[in-house]
Formats: sequence, structure tokens, C-alpha cells
Amino acid sequence: MASNEEILAGLAEIVNSETGLDEADVQLDKSFTEDLDIDSISMMTIVVEAEEKFEVKIPDEEVKNLKTVGDAVNFIAAAQA
Amino acid sequence: MMARKVVITGLGATTPIGGDVPTLWENALKGVSGAAPLEDDWVKEYDLPVTFAARAAVQPTEVLTRPETKRMDPSTQFAVVAAREAWADSGLVKEEMDQNKLAVAFATGIGGVWTLLNAWDTLREKGPRRVLPMTVPMLMPNGPAAAVSLDLGAAGGAHTPVSACASGTEAMHVGLDLIRSGKADVVMVGGAEAAIHPMPLAAFSSMHALSRRNDDPAKASRPYDVDRDGFVMGEGAGALVLEAEEHAIARGARIYAELAGSSVTSDAHHITAPDPDGLGATRALKAAMFDGRIQPEDVVHVNAHATSTPVGDKPEYTALKSALGDQLDNVWVSATKSQMGHLLGASGAVESVLCALAVYNRKAPVTINLDNQDPEIPLKVVTGEPAQLPAEGTIVALNNSFGFGGHNAVVAIRSV
Repeated sequence: MASNEEILAGLAEIVNSETGLDEADVQLDKSFTEDLDIDSISMMTIVVEAEEKFEVKIPDEEVKNLKTVGDAVNFIAAAQA
Repeated sequence: MMARKVVITGLGATTPIGGDVPTLWENALKGVSGAAPLEDDWVKEYDLPVTFAARAAVQPTEVLTRPETKRMDPSTQFAVVAAREAWADSGLVKEEMDQNKLAVAFATGIGGVWTLLNAWDTLREKGPRRVLPMTVPMLMPNGPAAAVSLDLGAAGGAHTPVSACASGTEAMHVGLDLIRSGKADVVMVGGAEAAIHPMPLAAFSSMHALSRRNDDPAKASRPYDVDRDGFVMGEGAGALVLEAEEHAIARGARIYAELAGSSVTSDAHHITAPDPDGLGATRALKAAMFDGRIQPEDVVHVNAHATSTPVGDKPEYTALKSALGDQLDNVWVSATKSQMGHLLGASGAVESVLCALAVYNRKAPVTINLDNQDPEIPLKVVTGEPAQLPAEGTIVALNNSFGFGGHNAVVAIRSV
């Protein structure tokens, strides 16, 4: 099981590979759409890659609730538990 | 009223013998082979009957950013690399363009085959959830045209001619029409292909279209040679900026050549075999010359389709003879697939780039591996050294491309 720090680092890596954004910019309080300018297709790609990386399921209806990077980290941490 | 003249003001290419136009041209004059054994694990895994190909000299992953390559099929990556080079070469400035008069005609023969088949593997191995949301825009054959139009902000339409190995040349034909008709002032035309994947290799092998000279890849592509045994799969892209002459002159652009005429015909003979008498190709040649008000004696150079298949090379000779008559004895013919293999839907675009450079520099590129010329194809082929084209007067080069399905496309490129 990954710690919250490891989940954040893993997400930052996925976001960087998908969008080119600096990994350091992927912070817990950042909004995927407003701060990181991630569109819906990129968001779904990030979700699918996060599912694979952290071996969790992130249901489609849950994705709209993942507004910030912190929301995603918390969801993944809980799903792993 | 005379139709608008269309000129070529920018060139781009990424090919097995050069990742940009200067390198491509240098090597095309030198005579090198881009073919080499494939080092991919899948060659052994599937025990492919053909174990070599002509990979692009510079992979797009070395040039584009990671997010770009992740969102684009390799065919689209090649297209974007070549189009960016052509755009920069033209000196056009995006912000000064009337976007609605800037169009794209970017061809492909096969489209996003890597994306399609990778997604199929993913579906079978990991299930539908793992099939990424960008799969559809990446696999669609209009992907290269769409990506180039996005990159340039071209809002005047993005077309995707698909006619197998004639596609790239057909894109030139489409671009010419768009400018002549006044629908566009500038068109980015080209072709891209990235099909060095085990499935297309197996499929082309099973129809015995590919050379099996596995022990000597550099000698495998040998158009017009008596020992030719098939084509060599290549990959890459070519791109040309076509521009209305008055638009180019107004901005003081460097003009490589005029795209003087073009034609597309169909054999209506057989799905893969060319018409043995080259009738469709003859009609395409004659129509392109008529379109450009070109007489046989104006023609000094042909970049031939010449793929190196036993059945394909000869009907093209027959067609050239019918269209050019005795003038054919004075025409320098280059079979550049001998060097870079067959780039399928990109080949017509790359070969048009070479034709533009040939009339601009008055030099024709070299054909390699012609050790023993087929006596049934008595063409004057450029071998050894590049051929010097007439230093004075107006000269014309023809570029032929033919595709499965009986597609014939010809463009005529004239010096200015």
C-alpha cells in the first residue's frame, strides 16, 4: 500500500506524462480543471492510469467528485485500504 | 480566365534517410540505404518472414514532447514533425495568416495502425476500462490532417486523401485545386505513414509484396533490377507548403517551383494488380501534363513510383513511354524508393519534396542497387552520381504514385 506522499508523487508522474506539467506543480490543493487546465479526456486517461498504478477502482461517477489533486489522493488511499 | 498559379514555398520531411530536408537531400544525392534489420522482439516472437525495414532516421519521440507523442499515433507524430519543418521553411507567420484561407490536405495510406492494434491488445489483455480515451482520435486516418490543422491554426478545411500508396501525391492534387478555386491561399499538403508493425508486415508478406532479402536489407529495394523481389517497408512523412503565386510574391517568399499540374485516375482493372498496359497511369500522366500545359519535351526528370516489385515496375515504363514518346530517352528517372523503401501513403509527398528540390537545384537524385537493369524497362535511370538537369530554360519534373485499388496520381512540378 502506498502512503499519501507516494500516491501524490505517482499522480504527479502520471499528470506530467499526460500533460507535460511540471511534477512540482501537482500539489494537493490544485484543481485539475482550473489550476492544471486538464480536460475531460486527459482526466479520464489519468484516472485509468492511476487505477492501474495503484491497483484500485475509480468509478466513473466518482471522477466528477475528484476536483483537486488532494481529493484524488484521499480517494485512492481510502480505496487501497 | 487563367487559373491561379500555385507555387511551392516550404518543404519538410522525416524519412529513413534523413530526419529533415537538408539531410534527406544530401543523402538522396549521395545514394544511401535506409533499410536495416529490425531489432524489435516481435520479429522473432512471430517468426516474421521479413525481418527488416527502413525505419525513420530520427524517431519523432526524439523531437516532440512526451505529452505530444502520448496523444498522437506515430503516423500523426511524423506528420507534425514534417509539417512544422515545412512551415518554418516557408517563412509564413501564423499570426499574419487569414486562417480561413489556410487549409490542410494530409494523406495517409493506413492511418493509426499502431494505436488501433495496441488498443485491441489492451482490450483483450486488460479489459475495456484500460482502453484509453484518446484511442479514437489517435487511430482515425484523419488524425494527421487534424493535428496539422490544429498546430497551424488552419481553419480552411483539413482533408485526408486516402488512396493507398498514391495518397501523398493525391494530397498535392487536392491542395492544387483548393488554391486554384480560390478556397485557400495556402495549403499544407503532405502524407504520413507509420506501419512498421508486425501485422502489416505479415499482411504485405503474405501477398508477396515485400522483399525477403533478409540477409542483405540494404540491397533489398532494387527497382528495375532483374533481381528485384518486392518492396521494403518504410515510414515517415513529407510536407509541402503550397501557396497562391501572388500571395508568395507579395510577401517576398522563396519559391522552389511551381506545382503546374496534377491528375488522379483509377484503373478500374483489379484491386491490387496494376493494369498490365499501364492505361490508368498513362491517362493520369497525360492529364497532369495537359493540366499544366506541358509538352513532352518540357519534361526532363521523373521521380518514378518504382517500388521494386516484379510486376509493378514495368507498367509504369509502358505508361511513361505512351505519355512522353521519344522524349523519354532524354528524361532522367530516379527511383528513390531504392534508398528509403516505400513510405506507402507518405511516399508521394516525400517524392514531391525531392522533385521540387530537383527542379530548384537542377539535379536528380540517385537510384541505388541497379546492378542489372531489366531489359524490358529501358529507362534512363540516374545511378552512381546525381544527374545534372538542363541548367537553362524551364524544366518540368513528374512524380508518379500508384496505389492498391488502382489509384494513379501524378503531379507536374515546373521550375520558376
